[in-house]
Amino acid sequence: MTNENGSAERLEPYVPQPRARPGETPDFSNLVLPAAGAAPRPQTDTKPQNMRDMAFNLIRVLDEKGQAVGPWDPKLPTERLIAGLRAMMMTRAYDERMFLAQRQGKSSFYMKCTGEEAVAVGAATALNPKDMTFPTYRQQGLLVARGYPLSEMMCQVFSNAGDPLKGRQMPVFYSSRDYGFFSISGNLATQYSQSVGWAMASAYRREAHIAAAWIGEGSTAEGDFHYALTLASVYRAPVILNIVNNQWAISTFNGIANGADTTFAARALGYGLPALRVDGNDFLAVVATTEWAAHRAHANLGATMIELVTYRAEGHSTSDDPSKYRPADEPGAWPLGDPIARLKQHLMVLGAWTEEAHASLQAEVTAEVRAAYKTAEALGVLGSEHRHSPASMFEDVYKEQPWHLRRQRQQAGV
Amino acid sequence: MARMNMVQALNSALDVMMARDPDVVVFGQDVGYFGGVFRVTDGLQKKHGLSRCFDAPITEGGIVAAAVGMAAHGLRPVAEIQFADYIYPGIDQIISEAARLRYRSAGQFTAPLVVRSPYGGGIFGGQTHSQSPEALFTHVAGLKVVIPSTPYDAKGLLISAIEDDDPVVFLEPKRLYTGPFNGDRSGAVQSWASHPGGETPEGYYAVPLSQAAVVRDGADVTVLVYGTMVHVAVAAAQQAQIDAEVIDLRTLWPVDIEAITQSVQKTGRCIIVHEATLTSGFGAELAALVQEHCFYHLEAPIERVAGWDTPYPHIFEWEYFPGPTRVADAMRRAVGT
Repeated sequence: MTNENGSAERLEPYVPQPRARPGETPDFSNLVLPAAGAAPRPQTDTKPQNMRDMAFNLIRVLDEKGQAVGPWDPKLPTERLIAGLRAMMMTRAYDERMFLAQRQGKSSFYMKCTGEEAVAVGAATALNPKDMTFPTYRQQGLLVARGYPLSEMMCQVFSNAGDPLKGRQMPVFYSSRDYGFFSISGNLATQYSQSVGWAMASAYRREAHIAAAWIGEGSTAEGDFHYALTLASVYRAPVILNIVNNQWAISTFNGIANGADTTFAARALGYGLPALRVDGNDFLAVVATTEWAAHRAHANLGATMIELVTYRAEGHSTSDDPSKYRPADEPGAWPLGDPIARLKQHLMVLGAWTEEAHASLQAEVTAEVRAAYKTAEALGVLGSEHRHSPASMFEDVYKEQPWHLRRQRQQAGV
Repeated sequence: MARMNMVQALNSALDVMMARDPDVVVFGQDVGYFGGVFRVTDGLQKKHGLSRCFDAPITEGGIVAAAVGMAAHGLRPVAEIQFADYIYPGIDQIISEAARLRYRSAGQFTAPLVVRSPYGGGIFGGQTHSQSPEALFTHVAGLKVVIPSTPYDAKGLLISAIEDDDPVVFLEPKRLYTGPFNGDRSGAVQSWASHPGGETPEGYYAVPLSQAAVVRDGADVTVLVYGTMVHVAVAAAQQAQIDAEVIDLRTLWPVDIEAITQSVQKTGRCIIVHEATLTSGFGAELAALVQEHCFYHLEAPIERVAGWDTPYPHIFEWEYFPGPTRVADAMRRAVGT
């Protein structure tokens, strides 16, 4: 074979590499950051082919000074801003306490969402509490923002006598039908296509509530991601399909999940779906884009894909040390900042917030987490005898317990 | 002879084979720079190059499919699925494609690939990091299924699996990665440093597929077992003070029927132990085989000791795990004491 110049060429294998590994200087120069307020806001009934540019833009509302600018400002009343700040701070305080509990041997595992709090809390702010969510293991902020009892979340992490899931699931794999939070699976991406089915059922039953799903950018490589887009497009399912692009899938940089020359949001385009790409650390931008997508879904115009550009500021879980695969100072170099600090700054610019108010709120959420922890810990931790009855392990395999499970329960002596 | 744990032994097998055969390539989630979440591919990218040990996207179906394509072309891909619990998106490519390619193309195309995956419980992994799906693969015509129980066997069997011209599902008992485990979770953590199975040559050697190993000679009852449960069975025999013959199958399929037959004809009794759920587990196949081959020698019913027929429950891990007490009880019933 010859190339265009007529000379012989051999094929070469190619494997992409991240811009920086441990010991190297963090490099986010590939992340193009348009100014806050610069991205246009299309009408929610815009045809997908007329808003393709949005998949390559980056919607930002908060500028460097903390002011809300441009057409995407959701213009939330102050009390909703403070509620969002509170839920994000609560989520972070909860994470810190439970991470510590794992380190103390009180649970087998934990996963934080540090730096990504706006992804879940912003969505919960925009969604109706009855809208159904299909999260990954890193959207605990949905439960916190919706007012799910912290102590019950903790009981799940402890697999103790108060665990609503009876000790069956690994820590952080929460489930709450009452709070519109679908049972977390360890198997990645499965929830994404299920959310489309849920949304189709909502439409079939002529209900008023939509669905929303989240997936990590790494998991967009799974077949389920593509099933979801196909089905959502074909059936105009009333669902919001969020991609949380937090840059890292355990040790794997996001270039392994996606060619370097496109965006994750752009994947929607081939399926004929509208896509928004948003600063995921900008609480206001997350709220505004979720509202846009929800409005569209409610108008029977179908699904929207939202790529939330954010950064996993800590390890994947308690099982990995991120300094082994990325520069230790990379989190500090992340150009989109911290979602809590940015919303705090905005509230201060509005004159609705002070350092004293912030310190007082911090003390309040810390105390609330501490109180919930006390309640949960009293119901048992890993290794204690305070847990559900071992006989319960044979329940819920089927609705009715068949003969063989009755026999096995007897053999187990429980 | 070097001392290795199972992670190091598997790493050494890959290293040796990558050095011997440029067609061996290794890929999977987090296996490149990071060296795998269990460190099995640690250092291989640095030593053998980016294009020979590389990260894959989170796409188990894609990983196996790419391995099929590479293998059909003539490479010897070794694909890692991070946990056996995550192998299911790849199962169509394993069952419908890799396993049948030789047959359906009358030998024009083959799939000499290895799919490696950690399996089994004992690490509080809950239902998505603890499963033992081996029977799904032994049920498929065209697949070989291998499960080692020591570092020595892990290295020698992985080398044989890579050299084998058919697709091999190679399941690694993650509970044994850093040490043998007798099933007593409250006991001291054991190390491969003081276990004979931890003696592992640095260089090339092969442990042939389809050859079982007698890990404990005995006269009274045959225990058919593999993976983590090998060590539990040996401990149970000691606990029950029963002269059990413990046979580590090592290759589940095609199984070493001669070793099984020889032992059961000698002892007249047989129990089968696996961590996987009981119903339609590999024990069912073994029980049928023993019945077919040894019926007139059997002096007691064949008994299976296995995981309960539930998903692997996080906090009830040790109530679920078929530990030495359950295995010892089954031995006692088999020998009638």
